[in-house]
Amino acid sequence: MAAVTRKLTSTRSRPASTPRNRKFPNAKITVAGNRGVKVVQSVTVRKPAAELYAFWRNLENLPRVIKHPVTITSTSPIESHWSVSAPFGDRRVEWDAIIFNDEPDRLIAWRSREGADVNNAGTVRFEPAPGDQGTEVTVQLEYEPPAGKLGALVAKLTGEEAGQQVKEALRRFKALMEAGEIPTTEGQPVGQPQAGKSGRKTR
Amino acid sequence: MKAVTWMGKKKMEVQRVADPTILNPRDCVVKITSTAICGSDLHLYDGYVPTMEKGDILGHEFMGEIVEVGAEVKQRKVGDRVVVPFTISCGCCWHCAREQYACCDNTNPNAYIAEQLMGYSPAALYGYSHMMGGYAGGQAQYARVPFADVGPIPVESDLPDDKVLFLSDIFPTGYMAAENCDIEPGRSVVAVWGCGPVGQFAIRSAFLLGAAKVIAIDREPERLRMAEEAGAVVLHSEDDDVLDQLKALTGGRGPDAAIDAVGMEAHGSAYDKVKQTMKLETDRPYALRQAMRAVRKGGVLSVAGVYAGLLDKVPFGAVFNKGVKIKMGQTHMQHYMRPLLRLIEDGKIDPSFVITHRIPLSKAPKAYEMFAEKRDGCIKVVLDPAA
Repeated sequence: MAAVTRKLTSTRSRPASTPRNRKFPNAKITVAGNRGVKVVQSVTVRKPAAELYAFWRNLENLPRVIKHPVTITSTSPIESHWSVSAPFGDRRVEWDAIIFNDEPDRLIAWRSREGADVNNAGTVRFEPAPGDQGTEVTVQLEYEPPAGKLGALVAKLTGEEAGQQVKEALRRFKALMEAGEIPTTEGQPVGQPQAGKSGRKTR
Repeated sequence: MKAVTWMGKKKMEVQRVADPTILNPRDCVVKITSTAICGSDLHLYDGYVPTMEKGDILGHEFMGEIVEVGAEVKQRKVGDRVVVPFTISCGCCWHCAREQYACCDNTNPNAYIAEQLMGYSPAALYGYSHMMGGYAGGQAQYARVPFADVGPIPVESDLPDDKVLFLSDIFPTGYMAAENCDIEPGRSVVAVWGCGPVGQFAIRSAFLLGAAKVIAIDREPERLRMAEEAGAVVLHSEDDDVLDQLKALTGGRGPDAAIDAVGMEAHGSAYDKVKQTMKLETDRPYALRQAMRAVRKGGVLSVAGVYAGLLDKVPFGAVFNKGVKIKMGQTHMQHYMRPLLRLIEDGKIDPSFVITHRIPLSKAPKAYEMFAEKRDGCIKVVLDPAA
């Protein structure tokens, strides 16, 4: 799979004084101090930027591609409420987000509003890929993990690491936009793992 | 329905499982009329392919009749008689647009596992581990087939299953291996390591593409006999002087192209057998090493046999210093299926020559055992899903 998703930076944040990512000179440190976890993931989708932007700009489309259960409700043209189940426990993590930069067919930037359970901010950029390959979609996300960096580490160990989640969401976004569906095997037949058991419904 | 399930190393079991259903709008469900065991299924049987789970339904060479279609299926319809390729491709991504179907971006739900091993995930396959998608396979009475308009090709003529079934994998795979050899009609000499089903089709495809001479290498007498019937000169792989014999047969030049139709479980090296058993290497590349040394300067090495992971003691210097071009990969099936169907319809080739055994699906575990041990002259097993 060529140029599907690639990790451009580590999830570890760096001191504000170090040079910023060269590809994204305008990347802003959006979470106070040195507490943020940064994620950058990119995917190339064989569709025009306008189509991809239009899907993304309707935020209520996003739960289709985010595998982790999430509810997103638009409360105004630029405001939305997000509710995500927490990495562990049955608590929900909630925040209100505002789109503070919106360049049609090019970029959407958002940040959480005051009072968020998890302070976060991010951008999604739509840039032409070389030749006939479509559009490079790059998500940059920064968040302050619920239990600090330790929380992020625990989340990573339990497979809920944000970088991987963004990567999976971009992969599913690409499949949905290109192929019209997200590949799955959920619900297909499977044999009994214990030998000798049988007796399921047959055609 | 009945299905062949993987229950561990050398443990296959026919189980009753739920029938498949439409899961995505571009799916169809196929009632299987013929299905086969592939040499690459033996890598699963022998436990060399990671990310298998007990209960997985095997099989990637199958054909049948469409009995159900999803809402977004446009061209295929219920009642179509189809052959299904072993790779699953979306038909929409950049790779599919370039007919690199085996590199499809959008069909592996477990792409992240494949990425850890390979950097990027290739197209998903039926019945070939969770790393390769975890799709239930076709050694069963029914199968769910994603992207019904992209994969399955309709067979409208009344050709029997036996003649068209192998469009699902081994004929296109052997053909692509030969095509990758850049054969110059009337001049090229092609050597083929491995005279199993893929090797047999590679030999015949090399002749169809105009090879002046094909040299076939194996250790099983019945396979060498089948290669001879196609017109190949045969060499016994356990003779010490395979390389010398190849030189003698090519005026000292060596074969212009070498096809490795063996893959990761080659015989002949106790060293690799031990290392593979100890998990110190995943693949036994004995045939590949020999092919690398034997191919002529400036020639082509074409790899059709399946490799899964890491190889040891590969004579890379030999292929580098000789300026050898290496071509390989899973077959870009949809590129080949229609033209090869036409060759069959025109009577240029009858793929049923390779079938040595017809066995009821319910006896599949015995068939695997026989095929793995090369007993009873077994080269190709076709399973009858109705029995």
